[in-house]
Amino acid sequence: MKVHWLTDADAALAEAKTQKKPLLIDFSAAPA
Amino acid sequence: MPLEAHIKEHPKNFHRFDALWTPSVIILDPNGKERFRIEGYLPKDEFRAQLELALARVAFMSKDWKDAERRYTEVLEHYPESKAAPEALYWKGVSLYKGTNDHTVLGELPGQFQEKYPDSEWALKTAAWVH
Repeated sequence: MKVHWLTDADAALAEAKTQKKPLLIDFSAAPA
Repeated sequence: MPLEAHIKEHPKNFHRFDALWTPSVIILDPNGKERFRIEGYLPKDEFRAQLELALARVAFMSKDWKDAERRYTEVLEHYPESKAAPEALYWKGVSLYKGTNDHTVLGELPGQFQEKYPDSEWALKTAAWVH
């Protein structure tokens, strides 16, 4: 299953609140 | 809801959410409050178990005792040998107690820990409930 990763923190926080879902933030330094 | 934060592409998010190490995963509740943090690499099953523990914690902190108990039970069922399992057993019991006010639930926990996870630090936390 392909994950649709968000990249804008403010938009992600707003969407999580609207959808009443938790927000997972993946902090990485891995090469793209 | 997944948000990616790469050190080179999104450095401000590291500061904003106090991420000082990679890999790190932070789980926030729908209101944006941090509820769980995983710092450092974990093998796949341990990582999955921690993620399920995180979702259970979100339910617990929102005082949804039934959902929290269900989610902690799922951690125990899916990953009984994981490092997350003793923590799940502890909080499953607490969730059940919170939802029922039945203190006998807590009294059963020390025996369950002795049977399944006697060397866990979570077993120590149930010692006060021995009758």
